[in-house]
Amino acid sequence: MTATTTTPTQPGFGERLAAFGRILISPRGAVFLLLAILLVAITVLNPSFAEPDQLVRFIQRVAPIAIVAIGQYFVIVGGEFDLSMGSVVTAQVVIAGNLIGQDASLALPVTALMLAFGALVGLVNGLVVSFLRVPSFIVTLGMMLALLGGVLYWTGGAATGNPADEFRELGRGGIRDLPVIGILPWAVVILAVVLALAIWFSKRPFGRTIIALGDNPVTAAYSGTRTWWVKTSTFILSSLSATVAGILLVGYAGVHPSVGRGYEFTAITAVVLGGVVLGGGRGWVVAAVAGAFALEALFTLLNFAGVPSTYRDAVQGVIIILAVAYAATTFRARRKGRALEASPAGPEQAPEPGPDEAKETVADPASARPAHIPSTQRDDNDTKGGS
Amino acid sequence: MSAASAAPRPARPRRRRRLDASLIVGIALVAVIVIGAVLLATIGRNFFSAGNIRDILTGMSVLGFVAIGQTLVILCASLDLSVPYVVSLSSLIAADIMAGNPANIPMAVLVVLVVAALIGLANGLIVSKLKVNGFIATLGTGLIIKGYLDTNYQGTSGSVPWDFQLIGATGVGPIPVSTLLMLFVALLAALFLARTRTGHRIYAVGGDEQVARLSGIRTARPVIVAHVLCSISAALAGLLLASRLGVGSPTVGTQGGYDLLSIAAVVLGGTLLMGGRGSIWGTIGGVAIFAVVDNVMSVLQVNPFLKDVVRGVVIVAAVAVYTSRQVDRRRPRFGPRGSVSQATDAPGGSDSTGTGRPGETSSDREEVRA
Repeated sequence: MTATTTTPTQPGFGERLAAFGRILISPRGAVFLLLAILLVAITVLNPSFAEPDQLVRFIQRVAPIAIVAIGQYFVIVGGEFDLSMGSVVTAQVVIAGNLIGQDASLALPVTALMLAFGALVGLVNGLVVSFLRVPSFIVTLGMMLALLGGVLYWTGGAATGNPADEFRELGRGGIRDLPVIGILPWAVVILAVVLALAIWFSKRPFGRTIIALGDNPVTAAYSGTRTWWVKTSTFILSSLSATVAGILLVGYAGVHPSVGRGYEFTAITAVVLGGVVLGGGRGWVVAAVAGAFALEALFTLLNFAGVPSTYRDAVQGVIIILAVAYAATTFRARRKGRALEASPAGPEQAPEPGPDEAKETVADPASARPAHIPSTQRDDNDTKGGS
Repeated sequence: MSAASAAPRPARPRRRRRLDASLIVGIALVAVIVIGAVLLATIGRNFFSAGNIRDILTGMSVLGFVAIGQTLVILCASLDLSVPYVVSLSSLIAADIMAGNPANIPMAVLVVLVVAALIGLANGLIVSKLKVNGFIATLGTGLIIKGYLDTNYQGTSGSVPWDFQLIGATGVGPIPVSTLLMLFVALLAALFLARTRTGHRIYAVGGDEQVARLSGIRTARPVIVAHVLCSISAALAGLLLASRLGVGSPTVGTQGGYDLLSIAAVVLGGTLLMGGRGSIWGTIGGVAIFAVVDNVMSVLQVNPFLKDVVRGVVIVAAVAVYTSRQVDRRRPRFGPRGSVSQATDAPGGSDSTGTGRPGETSSDREEVRA
């Protein structure tokens, strides 16, 4: 990323530019390219979007999703899922609405309580996943049902009361009277802080251990990782991030049991758009945040383009499939290329047509690069036509 | 499950273990029934009355259809999150084409099944050819269908003739026809898994795709077949719902939460979420557990929101009981490959990748013999 600023003084400008370009089209950087294209497209449709205050508003709107995506990133890169995030957001919003009420002096203790509750939810998720060996998909699904049901039971299914304005200020207020942007929303500040913390954290040994655990739990365990604690901490992080998002949403969207619904899938979508591999071990937290931005930019674009809001979902579906397919095929091609010497399975989209299992089986025992096997080529074509 | 019956070699321990797997689900089901019966007895209701049995069986049928298909997909180590939208879409298509005229029924059913098969084909191709994770691929296609539904339907639509509504309404004794149909489809699916080549390959591919491919299996095809069958069985659930409601509804699938509940039922039935191990009958057991728990809570008039809490706890608790058994049970599988055995036994917390592997080797060998 920094290449562009430093290049003039450095030799090999073209080389660096090429490397930068390669990063952009690689799965890891593709999300930034996508985001840039979307932002440019929005600006073309609606030039006022590029004005600083509009941009800041946009970031404010993305902040809760981006924060949830950061939490989900840690869980996914550690090799698990967290489907309970949406319910955690809802639960925190309702807790804030019910407990703070109009009494502003309660804001701080209740915030502390919410954070503690978030940490507890994550702790339970993580412990059940680590010690009872229940797949995280099921644990967090159960947690999602139980939390949502519990919150609705508590409130009787209807929202009760708005918290004090001082508390809502976090979500909708900001630092006023600034020169260029007019107002700097607290949400943007919080997002920046959370992102900075996340980057710092993922550079720490502990953050790297999470990635190692997601990549290969056996190796991670052998190299001395306390796997249960690392795994549990990722769930705690994700629940805490959902709590922060909930605090922002209280101010921004008000108190309602439907706030936060579907956030778990939005977060997973954003993370995956950011090139993070489901199953763990690969990904970059900044890209996950960029995925959240790209998703929201996509919605904004569809809005400006006059696409009926009902088609938003369909377009979202197409985009995520294409993005992941692109990442998957590129990754595969590159890995095959590198692994050619070791196992000559050959690139699947090779000159010879056909992803063909038969040939690879034949080729595999011959450890060196195999010569052409003319007799099997016809089979390859048949295979392709058949499957 | 019953694949073991076809095994000619002296696979004595495996046969016992396989029985074990469905046995645990059965025991859990019996336990749930006993607890439920006792709870109902305390408020003076009879759990085993014909009406109650019929309620439970009716409650099983729709989720059962969806879960059968979901089992096939999960056995391939994929997922299908698009089922609720397929359910809604097929109920709408069926009701619209039938339009109250009994003569249109065959046509409507045919169109529904073809549309569902195409959706499943798209899912399967995206998962196997574009290498998109099943979670994301089906989330995407589900969103696409949702967009179509939201755009074209504002509310319920079409109307279902009485002849077709009978399917959802009649029964043989206390057993509803819909449940019989569901069990018949389950039988077909179980035979498909146990007796056909593709069925065996589904296990092999789900266990370990690399090994399956190196054994000469075209790994794409079982995945595609599983996805097509899953969408078709979801469409059957949609047809059944249309016959019950008398109209098609764009929200009937999402309201039922069939995506996550069917996955929960499959896992409850002892199928590994990572693929390669599991059975249709276990899934039916899981669906039955859900139906019984729901029924007991309805009769006890539990608050509907508390029901969700109980459901969530039951899912996690049941799977926890199941997996803790399974981990112990599966350990001897590592035996023949001693090094692996020590490797995975030592660091207690790291079963997830290790355990997926051995299951596949056995089904894989089976496949090669077939």
